[in-house]
Amino acid sequence: MPKYMLIMRPQAGAELFAGDVPFEEIINQVGAYNEQLINAGVMVAGEGLAPNDSVVIDSTGEKPIVTDGPYGEIHELFNGFYILEVASRDEAVEWALKMPLTRGSKTEIRRVTDESDFADFDDNEYIQKEKGWREDDAQRAAEGK
Amino acid sequence: MTDVGRRLDALWRIEGARVVATLARMTGDVGLAEDLAQEAVADALAQWPAAGVPDNPGAWLTTVAKRKAIDGWRRRSALDDRYRAIARDLAETQDDEWEPIQDDVLRLVFAACHPALSREAQVALTLRVVASLTTEEIARMFLVPVATIQQRIVRAKKTLAAARVPFEVPDPAEWPARLGGVLGVVYLVFTEGYRATSGERWVRHDLAAEALRLGRVLAALLPREPEAHALVALMEFQSSRFATRESPDGTPVLLADQDRSRWDRGRIRQGVAALERADAVARGQGRGRGGYALQAAIARCHAVAPSVEGTDWDEIVVLYEALGRLAPSPVVELNRAVAVSMATGPANALLLVDALAADGALRGSHLLPSVRGELLARLGRRDEARAALEEAARLTANDRERALLLSKAEAV
Repeated sequence: MPKYMLIMRPQAGAELFAGDVPFEEIINQVGAYNEQLINAGVMVAGEGLAPNDSVVIDSTGEKPIVTDGPYGEIHELFNGFYILEVASRDEAVEWALKMPLTRGSKTEIRRVTDESDFADFDDNEYIQKEKGWREDDAQRAAEGK
Repeated sequence: MTDVGRRLDALWRIEGARVVATLARMTGDVGLAEDLAQEAVADALAQWPAAGVPDNPGAWLTTVAKRKAIDGWRRRSALDDRYRAIARDLAETQDDEWEPIQDDVLRLVFAACHPALSREAQVALTLRVVASLTTEEIARMFLVPVATIQQRIVRAKKTLAAARVPFEVPDPAEWPARLGGVLGVVYLVFTEGYRATSGERWVRHDLAAEALRLGRVLAALLPREPEAHALVALMEFQSSRFATRESPDGTPVLLADQDRSRWDRGRIRQGVAALERADAVARGQGRGRGGYALQAAIARCHAVAPSVEGTDWDEIVVLYEALGRLAPSPVVELNRAVAVSMATGPANALLLVDALAADGALRGSHLLPSVRGELLARLGRRDEARAALEEAARLTANDRERALLLSKAEAV
């Protein structure tokens, strides 16, 4: 089954940031949604991104400029994601439509690449290395480190 | 397909089990619930293109199906007072009682896997009502005609009704056996997919993916059952090797020869986490590892090993011993012998295999002579090794396996 990433992108005036919804209510609604994803057997991962303690590196000019942020442009915000393993893109879309507290936000749905996307570069040194890195990862996970 | 048709298909995968489960609770009949739900889906397909998709599609489908149930009972109530009473009860049920609850889905799982049904019927009905697959999808994955699956489902529904199978979770006295039955159905679906040969490889992988998803649903429904988590772990580990189990021309690739760098590390990580959950739940209840947990633990040893030589064979021997105590079987014993040969050498393993051969339990299977042949070859007893491998080749029904065994016999 393919995996899709659901990316939450609140826009200016998003209900999530308007301050009208008490924080506990947000926790409850998001928690109930997460529970549905787990009960349906489709949840692979999901994280929220903190609004503070963030940095943006702007490499659009000659030299990279490092600034605190992203605070300036609310449309650049990306405040959380899910990765779902579902039967189809259509199913990913329906799950995204069920997401709570999305008024004033955009949700982007992107397929997560898998081995088949790199099939033509299978003998590339770094593709091989990446497999090794993932292997080390799994071993660390197995050893509980 | 129209946009609405595609949306409805996707929504059905998400909402189907809960809609059918809610209807089954209200009508007490899984077969009727499924029929009503399908009628509601047909209504949706007719009405949604003009009216738009409702905000809460699951509730819409459930409510429409409920009305159909009431109408149906009313029509029959002309014949029978009992039906009239049921129709009145249904009509008076508050709509909020039609909110789906998790327990209903669990009852649905136990009904679909009820022992009154044959294994084939359990599998078809579970995929239909719990996994919310269409009859066409199930037929495609099992490579059988649609009519065959249709028949199995119709017969399963009739059997449930005739046996008056109640819509409930089993009593504590029945629980272990019934839970074992449910997990068995899911694992059977998985192994159907896992055993696929080359031509059917891709569709069959879908089947294994559905089983894994069902397994995760079960683990969420039964968070305090270690074996539900363990079954997920086992399927995750086995799925991690899908890409490497066959060469591009369809020849099976043995574990020792598989490109471990291509094993799916994400799956392995999820398997490790699921097995840890299973062990933690079991520990919390003072229980030991069950059959799926032991198999998952063995699969984990392979999944995290850098190579065949770097595999913790001692641990695998201990795990097979435990599995043999829990569920004695000649196949487990043979696997233990293979592990012993890797841990302490072929001589010890040959003693175990010869004891098995003396029992005669695996007579007629190619497994025993093929293991025996490998062990004899490693011990340098070449004539005997060749004879055993040739015997194994005669006994296997699989052409590719026969070719592999004969080439091994020749190489001895």
